[in-house]
Order: sequence, then structure tokens, then C-alpha cells
Amino acid sequence: MITLFENIGAYFILLSRVFKKPDNYKLIFKQTIHEMVSLGIGSLGLIAIISVFMGAVVTIQTATNMNNPLLPGYLVGFATRESFILELAPTVMSLILAGKIGSNVASEIGTMRISDQIDALEIMGVNSASYLVFPKIVASLIFIPIIVIYSMALGIIGGLLVSMYFDGMTLNDYILGIRFDFKMFSITYALIKSVFFAFIITSIPSYFGYYVKGGALEIGKASTKSVVYSSITILIINYLLTQMLLV
Amino acid sequence: MIEVKNLYKSFGEHHVLQDISVSFEPGKINLIIGGSGSGKSVLTKCMVGLHPIERGSVKYDGKEFTTMNFKQKKEIRKDIGMLFQASALFDSLTVEENVLFPLEMYTKQTRKEMLERVDFCLDRVNLENANKLYPAELSGGMKKRVGIARAIALNPKYLFCDEPNSGLDPFTGIVIDQLIQEITKEYNMTTIVITHDMNSVMETGENIMFLYQGKNWWQGDNHEIVKADNKELSEFVFASKIMKQFRNA
Repeated sequence: MITLFENIGAYFILLSRVFKKPDNYKLIFKQTIHEMVSLGIGSLGLIAIISVFMGAVVTIQTATNMNNPLLPGYLVGFATRESFILELAPTVMSLILAGKIGSNVASEIGTMRISDQIDALEIMGVNSASYLVFPKIVASLIFIPIIVIYSMALGIIGGLLVSMYFDGMTLNDYILGIRFDFKMFSITYALIKSVFFAFIITSIPSYFGYYVKGGALEIGKASTKSVVYSSITILIINYLLTQMLLV
Repeated sequence: MIEVKNLYKSFGEHHVLQDISVSFEPGKINLIIGGSGSGKSVLTKCMVGLHPIERGSVKYDGKEFTTMNFKQKKEIRKDIGMLFQASALFDSLTVEENVLFPLEMYTKQTRKEMLERVDFCLDRVNLENANKLYPAELSGGMKKRVGIARAIALNPKYLFCDEPNSGLDPFTGIVIDQLIQEITKEYNMTTIVITHDMNSVMETGENIMFLYQGKNWWQGDNHEIVKADNKELSEFVFASKIMKQFRNA
């Protein structure tokens, strides 16, 4: 329990260093663009595949479980849209990104720590926490909400593709369903969540990477820990935000 | 000049440095030698502020470093260059970008001027046509040279080198030692080198400090070290048979 509180304290101390005035805005901007390409664009392929297939599976499962003639046909499209917008795109994709981006961030910063690259920055008088972590956080805050919107669109398209060939439903019903009772607040809610998750996905792994001690084995452990802690934090924050925003 | 006075550093119950007092003069190669775990790296990390010290003082040209705030330390650190044991080059940057980094961070020069300075520094360490290579594509000796080029990019007053010739073949090790020696004289820098290498000690040691059990056990130059009547120092320096034969001769 003490270790947990120590970790939380050290995490916030790191954040206080991350958000100090940057040494050189031009370099930070350059680094942020680099991180957006590396962390954001590098994740688009994986998110596309997962979203399309997940959208297809959700549609099939909903259709096969709603074969009661009393239920309207458009309910399948409606359920797919709501599932994707409210939960699958913001939360499940963020959990997947916590694995992909989180392990990458923790191992990158951890390697820099054990190979003295962070000390080299400090000796040059550079605030290493700000230089290394701030661009990652900014890049993810910009890019992850975009990825979430992208995932929503692709998930719904995945369902649409299945609806064209699946016997239990029609394309028209699916299209009617995805347009039925649309509330703009659902998108706002998903984007609010994704901003919180984006912060978690980069800041927690940065913390574990930044304070790693030892060698390659410890980097692996830090990487695993960062994914576990990020995922748990995402789930807790998801619950709290849902409670606050939807209830 | 760097002056260390009555410096103490502990990690928990383990007292790593005890009452260290020493001066490092400009234009000279100042060597810190000692066995593994004697506190050499901790001493240099305390001097550059990577480790907070427990007691004592570290002065850079008369300015007390330990009590400075982050901004004041930053000004001193702009005058410090450091060559790390494993070179510590930024993996994601090319050789050119590595040397360019401190210039981009701290100077208001134009891109052209900065690139000219990069080329000058790389030429100075005899590393040409390597600008676009990444650290993973370099040999150990080349990495050390890039590390030196990056360390001297901002024309530092103080140069710290942590085992600059470890992991290198004897010839390349001597070349790196000579390079450090030349640069030190050329720019009148205060150079502090941590080393285990007896070639370096005998060749370049103008001011040698021997650390033993966290204490400044002996101090002198490369001529005095041969004749020194100090049991621990002799056991360290003349550990091998060939070195013992050299001493007796």
C-alpha cells in the first residue's frame, strides 16, 4: 500500500516537471509532430482492422439475438452504433492503445534511462521530463480523439458490410438503425472520455519508463506494469466519467 | 577550475563518499581512478548535480553549485560537456542531429551556422562523412567520437569523461585519450576523466586522484604514481604481473 502511494506521489512529481515551461518551444513542437506520426499514424492500421471486424461481429451477434418479430429490424444498426460510440471506440480502443502505445512509450523512455540518454539531457541543462514526456502527452491528446472518431466510423462500416450479406437483416434496416434517435451528446461523451484516456495512455507508461532502474529485464517489467496500471486506471476513470456524465 | 570541499554522499546506510576535497585545474587532464564501487561515478554525478549531495560544496570557478536553483544550475550546465561510458547518443537521431541538439536547444544561430559548427566538431574528432548515420550504425570508437563532438559543440569550460576508452581496442583507446588531451589544451578546459585504464593513467594523468572506500586516498601525477608509497594504490595500479615488473624496472 505504501509503495502504491509512493508511486502516485512520484507520478505527480514527474507531472509537475513535465508541465514546466519548455526549454525550447521549437524543439518541443518538432518533437510533438514526430510523436503524432509515431504514436498516432502508427496505430491507424491496427485500429482499422479491429474496428471493422468488431463492428461486423457486434452486428451479427445483435442480429442473431434479436430474431423476435416484435423487435423492429432497425434495432441492430441502432445497437451497433450505440455500442461503438459509447463504449467500444472510446474505451476498448483506448485499452488496446494502452497496450500498443503504452509498452512502446515505457520501453523507449526506459531504454533512454538505462543508456544514460536522460542523464545526458539533464547535463545539457534540459528538463528531460518535459522534453520527453510533454510532446507524447500533447500528441496523444490531439491524436487519440481522432482515432476514436475513426474507430466509430469504421466499426459502423464493418456492421454495414455484414448487413449487406447477412440473412437475418436488411441493409435498409441497418441504415435506418444507425440514423435512429442520434444524440450528439454521445459523441461529446466519447470524446471527453478519450481525452482522459489519452492522458493516461502516455503519462503512466512515461512514469514507469522514466524511473526504471536496472537493465533490459527491468524495462520489460516496467513495460508490462505500465500496460496493467494504464488499463486499470482507464477502467476506473471510465466508470467515474460514465457515472458523472450519463447518470 | 572545479573545487570540491568536504563532500559526503550516502545511499541509505551505505556511505559512498566521505569527506572528499579536491581541486581540478583547467588545461589539465584530471583523472579519477579507483576500484569498482569506490565512488568515482557517484562523485562526478554529484559534481554535475545528477545526484544531490549530503554535505559539502562544489564550486565552478568560485561559484557555489550545490545551492543554486534550477535556472542557475542550467547556466552552469551549458558550460559542461559530458562523455558517457556508453556514449549516451540519442538513438532516434543521426550523428548530425546528435551534435546539433545542444546548438538547437541553446543558440540563436541560423541553421547554416549550426551545421557549420557540427561539421567543425565532427572534423575535430576526425569523423567525416558520418553525418547521416544513426548511432546503431557506428562502431564503439565512432560513438565515443560523436559523444566528444556533442560534448564540445557548445564550447564547454568543463569536460567530464566517464571511462572514455572502456570497450575499445588499445589503439582506439589511445586515440580517444589523445583527442581528449588535445581538446583540453586547445580550449583550456577543465577535464575530468574517470578511468581504469593504466595506459591512460601513465600517458595523460597530470592530476590523478585515487578513490578508495569513498575517500580521497591519494593524489599526484603520473610520475609520482610510480613511486608512491601507498599500499592500496600500489595494489590497484600494479595489480598485474607485467605492471609489477614495470614498477620494479
